[in-house]
Amino acid sequence: MRSTRKYLAAVAAAAAALTLAACGSSGSPSGSSNGKVTLTWWSNATSGQLLAVFRGLISSYEKAHPNVTISYVPIQNEQYDTKIQSALQGHKQPDIFFQRGGGFMATQVKSGQLADLSPYIKSWVGELGGSGEAWQTGSTQYGVPYDLHTVGFWYRKDLFAKAGITGAPTTLTDLESDVAKLKAAGVAPIAVGSKDQWPDAFYWDYFAVRECSTSVLQAAVKSDNANDSCFSKAESDLKGFMATNPFVPGFLSVPAQQGAGSSAGQVASGKAAMELQGDWDPSVMQALVPASTWQSDTSQIGWFPFPSVPGAAGSQSAMLGGSDGNSCSVTAPEPACADFLEYLSSSTNQVKLAGANLLPANPAGSSGVTLPADQDVMNFTKTKPYVQEYLDLAYPTSVGTALDAAVATFFANPAKAVSGSVATAINQAAARQ
Amino acid sequence: MTDLRGAMAAADVSAAAIAPPTSSERRLGRRSRQLDELVLLLGPALVLFVGFVLVPIGIAAYYGLYKWTGYGPLSDFSGLHNYKVILTDPIFRSSLIHNVIIAILSLIIQLPISIGIALLMNRKMGGGSFLRVAVFAPYVVSLATTAVLWSLLLEPNGFVDELFRAAGLGGLVHFWLADPTIVLYTMFVVLTWQYIGFGIILLLAGLQGIPSELREAAAIDGASAWQTTRHITLPLLGPTIRIWIFLSMIGSLQVFDLVWIMTLGGPANASSTMVFYMIFFGFHSQEFGFGSAAAVILFIICFVFAVLYQRYVLRRDTEGALTRAVR
Repeated sequence: MRSTRKYLAAVAAAAAALTLAACGSSGSPSGSSNGKVTLTWWSNATSGQLLAVFRGLISSYEKAHPNVTISYVPIQNEQYDTKIQSALQGHKQPDIFFQRGGGFMATQVKSGQLADLSPYIKSWVGELGGSGEAWQTGSTQYGVPYDLHTVGFWYRKDLFAKAGITGAPTTLTDLESDVAKLKAAGVAPIAVGSKDQWPDAFYWDYFAVRECSTSVLQAAVKSDNANDSCFSKAESDLKGFMATNPFVPGFLSVPAQQGAGSSAGQVASGKAAMELQGDWDPSVMQALVPASTWQSDTSQIGWFPFPSVPGAAGSQSAMLGGSDGNSCSVTAPEPACADFLEYLSSSTNQVKLAGANLLPANPAGSSGVTLPADQDVMNFTKTKPYVQEYLDLAYPTSVGTALDAAVATFFANPAKAVSGSVATAINQAAARQ
Repeated sequence: MTDLRGAMAAADVSAAAIAPPTSSERRLGRRSRQLDELVLLLGPALVLFVGFVLVPIGIAAYYGLYKWTGYGPLSDFSGLHNYKVILTDPIFRSSLIHNVIIAILSLIIQLPISIGIALLMNRKMGGGSFLRVAVFAPYVVSLATTAVLWSLLLEPNGFVDELFRAAGLGGLVHFWLADPTIVLYTMFVVLTWQYIGFGIILLLAGLQGIPSELREAAAIDGASAWQTTRHITLPLLGPTIRIWIFLSMIGSLQVFDLVWIMTLGGPANASSTMVFYMIFFGFHSQEFGFGSAAAVILFIICFVFAVLYQRYVLRRDTEGALTRAVR
């Protein structure tokens, strides 16, 4: 999801034009009696490799299915949520549309906007493993993911070597001592895009994932609260970690992805040693530094998972992440719509998607992953860790926004924060709904 | 009220003077022609005003009574709950305070600077028109551009920091946008950079409307330059200053673009404003009922301020102009 932000900065003008085009398109389904079917597909790939792959897949699908036409409408990521919402509310919805799962999808399910895909995809959705399951509500499948996202630490191998760090840290204690080593070597340890709030939330989320058992996390998301005491423990872990002053000075006003001064830019240019970010980070970094200073396979950066927290009760290998995919609207012609989603997630096409620097949702697509650091991520996900969806997206949007805002406030002054402040904000926002 | 009554009376008189009732048919014809003109001239504006101003206000007030995520029908009626939550929310209160701080700072910093520069520029001097354009230039730049530009300038170790260091003022370097105690004042400086030119041009226009004979007469009577400025120029500039204050106060209540682009209200909501609060916690977080309630509160605050200001401050300016013109 957030990966797409990087494309958008570059194509704002083009996207504005495309958005106008999207305004004009009626999203109504157009299956007809002569067997011809037109599927309208809204997605947020507006440029770059992913759009090219999508276009290629569409044309080969249309060749194989002469009765189906797919009309692709690219929509700028930042406007996507608003546009799809008004389209659904105004009954002008496209047949297929981009989806991130989580609370936003749950709200659409609740209002009866999404087609139940279960009968059409039961036979093959198992191929996707855990990522497919995450898109079920009960036993009903409301969407199909085409990629995976995972959050971990991206670090500069050269700066770690300069500070005398030999192996990636595996426990929080290791990480804290590496932070101290980096500082001693005159290197700013960790960059974070606090201005955008959601990168801060990754830290709180990860400590919650380490402190809370899987079942507690699932129950909390399902019932819209953060009542369990493990959430407060997560916050005090974070407080302890922040007491080591691990972040780049002035991090509170740093954006995540825009410009050379962003957190991704700071790591890319060697001004900071690492950052906790999603799998999209290497390609964001690449776009922010001169090509001459960057190896095209991004091999100057490495990846390690969020370290384990000594004494914490949750899963120490669980990951924070998410996935991108598509849903069919209730009015979409079936089985054509479900068939196209299957096509996107089939193993051969997943290899092609992986070529656009995405981590494929279907493990069979992992052979298409080329960047060494991405391969590290894929190897780790092969151990089938539990993947907790980013909590700000897993909760309904309003609760997620409150979570981000509360963590951002915590980051501004952790010492002053009232214990459990983030959990309280979550509960208050949920009560407000 | 009085000027309205006066205007109506005047309208009656002139209508009677133009249209002596000769026959009922002609009267009817003229009336319907007048009606046609009214419809033709007022109609489009009225339709737009009702459709894009009054109706949305009404709809927002209606939505504000519901909890609504934007999907499905409005079914979850919650009365004044949204209003209660907003008015007791510490973030909204601090946002309101931030707006008020910006308004007060505008008044005590921007206004004197604007008047001072306008007085200086009102004198005949070489390159005057170039200076006027230069001063006005920032106002022409779009706010989004200003925000992006200043974000870059204010980055840690960015241009502003280097400028301070080069001037030997390294000790004054701060995290301009990252320090919660400073960020609001940083925003105010950027706002001042953007808007000061507008104030200066407005006041210059006002100054040029003051007849030079008055100052000459004062000079002949032996008034010093300061006395002339204090007792002749400033009082006559009063209407312009009052209009500037009105525009500035309304603008201060509506600050949003800079905040959205430069800080997203942060750190720790230290730079959030009321409009930011409405967009972020209402629409960005998909709570449309809540956001509508925030919009209504914002509307009421602006409306009440505008009405009171018109009634107690601007009235003598407008009333004088209107009533004298009619008589």
